[in-house]
Amino acid sequence: MSEATNNTQAIPAATSRLLLRAIDLSKRFPLSSGWWDRNPSFVHAVDGVSFDLMAGETLGIVGESGCGKTTTGRMLVRLAEPTEGQVLFENESGDLEDIAHLKGQPLKDFRRRAQMVFQDPYESMNPRRTIFDTVAEPLQVQKIGDHAERLERVSETLGLVGLTPPSSFLFRFPHELSGGQRQRVAIARALVMNPSFVVADEPTSMLDISIRTGIMQLMGELADRLGISYLYITHDLAVARYMCSRIAVMYLGKIVEMGETEEVLQNPVHPYTKALLSAVPVPDPEATRDPIDIKGSVSVPVDPLPRCRFYDRCPIADNFCRDNDHPPLQDKGSGRLAACYKA
Amino acid sequence: MTTDPVLAVDDLKMHYVTQAGVVRAVDGVSFSVERGQSLGLVGESGCGKSSIAMTLLKLLPDNARLVAGSIALNGIDLVPLSEDEMRPHRWDRISMVFQAAMNSLDPVYRVGDQIVEALEAHSSSAGRDAMERVRELFDLVSLDPSYILRYPHEYSGGMRQRAIIAMALACEPDIIIADEPTTALDVIVQDHILREMQTIQHSLEMSMIYISHDMAVIAEVCDVVGVMYAGKLVEFGPTADVYARPIHPYTRALMSAFPSVRGEKHELVTLPGEPPNLLDPPGGCAFNPRCAYATDECRTTAPPIVKRGDQWAACWNPSDE
Repeated sequence: MSEATNNTQAIPAATSRLLLRAIDLSKRFPLSSGWWDRNPSFVHAVDGVSFDLMAGETLGIVGESGCGKTTTGRMLVRLAEPTEGQVLFENESGDLEDIAHLKGQPLKDFRRRAQMVFQDPYESMNPRRTIFDTVAEPLQVQKIGDHAERLERVSETLGLVGLTPPSSFLFRFPHELSGGQRQRVAIARALVMNPSFVVADEPTSMLDISIRTGIMQLMGELADRLGISYLYITHDLAVARYMCSRIAVMYLGKIVEMGETEEVLQNPVHPYTKALLSAVPVPDPEATRDPIDIKGSVSVPVDPLPRCRFYDRCPIADNFCRDNDHPPLQDKGSGRLAACYKA
Repeated sequence: MTTDPVLAVDDLKMHYVTQAGVVRAVDGVSFSVERGQSLGLVGESGCGKSSIAMTLLKLLPDNARLVAGSIALNGIDLVPLSEDEMRPHRWDRISMVFQAAMNSLDPVYRVGDQIVEALEAHSSSAGRDAMERVRELFDLVSLDPSYILRYPHEYSGGMRQRAIIAMALACEPDIIIADEPTTALDVIVQDHILREMQTIQHSLEMSMIYISHDMAVIAEVCDVVGVMYAGKLVEFGPTADVYARPIHPYTRALMSAFPSVRGEKHELVTLPGEPPNLLDPPGGCAFNPRCAYATDECRTTAPPIVKRGDQWAACWNPSDE
């Protein structure tokens, strides 16, 4: 049971069935100063992100605030419209379909199969609705079952996320629950439709350590039992280590490194990943860390120059990095992808 | 223990009086901090660690009651002091870096002016002298002096935190309490700021109290650590000892629930249950409902102190490793 947190082993090496493919996803937000502004600036929140997600796999997206990880997640479940690029998602009949053009029933099917869990269990629930109402809402919207059937389905799902006995939670309100219990309700709400894909946006970062482990374990178990794929968004590399089989490191809207989690963490290739890793404190007073040699802090990618996004802070950058476009993600051996001319 | 401690807290009790009853947020806490030493207080939300910080500075809301205990700062007990008597100590001798850097600066005043205001209120330096001091402080916390006359919204999160630290250092206090000083910051900025705080602390021979939920941050910056649960210290000792050989089951549970990016990928163990409601904490040892080793004694009687070298814990069934 507890091996669920050791996810590298726990998640079956997937059926290698492609569930989702992101192709060159970009999202730009205009910084317009009004209708007379003929040349508005753009924040390049996500810029040309591509990856595949296999059925049953957990892919982590890690990075600092403002790197575009949440925007990427939102585009995958069509909560944000990509400026460019496509998201292909497996439909009912097993074919990959562009989600941008879904309407009517196919869109409803997609909504049923792709769900999201948000970071803050205090903000993501309507305080005036009972737990039953909250979890049953997707069923209501999709017109699934009558009241009795919904009650049964909701109870079953609450049991699944460890809120037992379900009857004691059904008609309570969010304020009567602790943070950990609320996050379980948020997970139940995502699972009640039997999704095949869940975007989990920092689902544990608001929780205390002793509660956090339980939620991580639960999510790992559910992935195993129900064959769910997660896109796990987190700023915490240690959490990603336990949750994800693969991770993608983002910096200013770009994936700068991607590979097997343990490989990336033990042997990072990109200078940004190296810096990020050596900045993470370790819960061991005897441990020593390499000092990090990058300067400054993350900026906002407003109309970025056509050069490596990490150029300004990179300890190994040279004129080539300055004069050429952002490097493409390239295979650096044994399936590791990194976007760096020097690595 | 040869020199007198900068701060000695003895049996401190601070309760909040609410409509639902009395919340024992700080319930008999004792510790001391030597000159130049950094103490970490670690625990989960609601364990009373921030309440201790507010109590030490006597910055308490109206419904808070300082019920018992003493807070000796350089030998002077702060507890009986009136607000007027407290003022020369607060900020001059004991100051604080708050958790939410976003809210600790006034958005409508320039940052430099806010520090000058603090200086003028607490020391004789005024006008040009004060501005000179602000320049020194900016230099100390690695802030660009051109930002002295800028407004907080022009600062990034990390810069704001540096400005807050500069303000806490303004009157060269003997001890600074830093309540989750880097919690809202990204890891790289956190790393820079923690390292600088350590450098400054050593060069000024200051004492520090770091308050954090993050075991890893405490491990890096603190010489001594106190683990809090339900308003009480449950374990205390040199950081290296407490992390290597925790005595209290709660400390051990925290250790085994905490993921690390480096080293062996140990299995994470989930602690059952939830932290107690401080309105009605469990009898005996407050941790007993979640403890795998709990016996009848734990449920009825407050646990004894178990010592091992400089380390101690309050437990009936301590680890004998």
